[in-house]
Amino acid sequence: MATMKVNRTLECEGLACPLPVVRTKKAMEEMKTGEVLEIRATDSGSVADLQSWAKRTGQQYIGLKEENGVFRHYIRKSDPTETKEERKFPHTIYNEELRKKLSEGEALHIVDVREPAEFAFCRIPGAKSIPLGDLEERIYELDPSQDYVVVCRSGNRSDMACQLLMEKGFINVINAVQGMAVWTGEIEKDEVN
Amino acid sequence: MTAMGTQKVTAKELTTIILNKEDLFILDVRNESDFSDWKIEGISVDIINIPYFDLLDDIAPALDAIPADKPVVVVCAKEGSSIFVAEQLAEAGLNHVSYLEGGMKSWSEYLEPVKVADLSGGGELYQFVRIGKGCLSYMVLSNGEAALIDTSRMIDQYQRFMQKKGVELIHAIDTHLHADHISGGRALAQRYGAAYHLPPKDATEVTFEYEKLVEGRDITVGQETIKVQPIYTPGHTIGSTSFLIDNTYILTGDILFIDSIGRPDLAGLAEDWVGDLRDTLYSRYKVLSEELIVLPAHFGKVTELGIGGLVAGRLGTLYSENPGLNIEDESEFRRTVTENLPPQPNSYQEIRQVNMGKIAPNIEEQREMEIGPNRCAVHDK
Repeated sequence: MATMKVNRTLECEGLACPLPVVRTKKAMEEMKTGEVLEIRATDSGSVADLQSWAKRTGQQYIGLKEENGVFRHYIRKSDPTETKEERKFPHTIYNEELRKKLSEGEALHIVDVREPAEFAFCRIPGAKSIPLGDLEERIYELDPSQDYVVVCRSGNRSDMACQLLMEKGFINVINAVQGMAVWTGEIEKDEVN
Repeated sequence: MTAMGTQKVTAKELTTIILNKEDLFILDVRNESDFSDWKIEGISVDIINIPYFDLLDDIAPALDAIPADKPVVVVCAKEGSSIFVAEQLAEAGLNHVSYLEGGMKSWSEYLEPVKVADLSGGGELYQFVRIGKGCLSYMVLSNGEAALIDTSRMIDQYQRFMQKKGVELIHAIDTHLHADHISGGRALAQRYGAAYHLPPKDATEVTFEYEKLVEGRDITVGQETIKVQPIYTPGHTIGSTSFLIDNTYILTGDILFIDSIGRPDLAGLAEDWVGDLRDTLYSRYKVLSEELIVLPAHFGKVTELGIGGLVAGRLGTLYSENPGLNIEDESEFRRTVTENLPPQPNSYQEIRQVNMGKIAPNIEEQREMEIGPNRCAVHDK
């Protein structure tokens, strides 16, 4: 598997409990909201422990890849206010309608503005990945006259992305307001070894 | 890294405390899901779960929960996190706190030898209680020879016991192809050049040579003094075989337990084997003497542990008190053993493959497969 883009990588190979969780906690405290941490651990106990720790502390456990006895965990530092923030962008679509359009074969252009690690583990088939933080500099990859559906995990980052796109002269962008967190339609992910 | 004063307790010592029903408080610092799946149980044990990662900044939640008037043992998966927590508790001034050496890994592997009886021909019968997992194995010793039945994976512990007793293994026997634990029978037999016996109907896919268990063809331990007499009793698996020892003890494998009965679904043929299971429990065992002492291959609840940890029951008493032997209606019996069963043991399919010799995982992988409760009885919830 190609190396996934993350903000920081923590080497915990050879370390036993409690050290992987202790170091993860410390690293997350130093990181910014929205950043993704990769933790490489060899202790199989790290799997259930990091998932449980993330859940109890409100961090987003994105996924796990195992290769050659190394567990690679991906955790995104969550903003506690993220889910409560007021959404401003007026044009929205619910997952059910989006799913229906896709299943009817409508050729939609979907832009996924989550972090690469989130995108790698679960995405709508055919979606294009441009993390929110990269959107401005990669905006040339998109066509202002084209229609876009913008998606993220919970509708917040995509809301911001839609606003940015409107400012940049895009005519028809829609926020998938419910996000991947509750997406029940078809998904695609990177090959796992 | 252990601070001075942090005391440890071994799985053996903890077993003694539990079997003696001494007061004990356990702080289990594993994650919630591991704790809810499987934990240390005992009649006099109070246990709570606070994951160690909730105690990284502040030990107060643990301090608040720990009683002052009984010994406390901190437990985790392997021991690292429990040492971490126990050290902080010691620093906070508690001096009645220790940690379990080797954690739940050691707890799962420890075997407590419990003497069942002296046998009429001068031999002895021992039960090995794998208290952390609920598995029971048996050793018949006579005149320098030994036979082991339903051997656990940790064969070094049996070997040390046999050295101490001055006996050599000549037979390793499995009552059936196990699905909840990896059998040490074949490996130990190889070590001693002993015979490894299996019921042929359970062994159709095995990749190794073995001795076929045949009903009535007795196995002798110690110059014809002790007879181990196989009785074909299908139901948990199609090959399941019971053993009569010294005309007094019946080893029932995973067919009949003290407070429950075996489940017929672990080899994938529940519907086919329900009839066999009922026939074994309600007809084949019924004609045997009520005075026989039943020695099963598992226990489900700590309340089944008797004096010194012995798990045993009189057959006649089981016929009046075991709920699995008191289901008159055949269709109700069918429902009991095929519907609403407890979850299947972890990795039971892979464990069967190991016991057939089809896969050979390393020791760490074997441990991983066996983690958790055994759940071989229909009433294990």
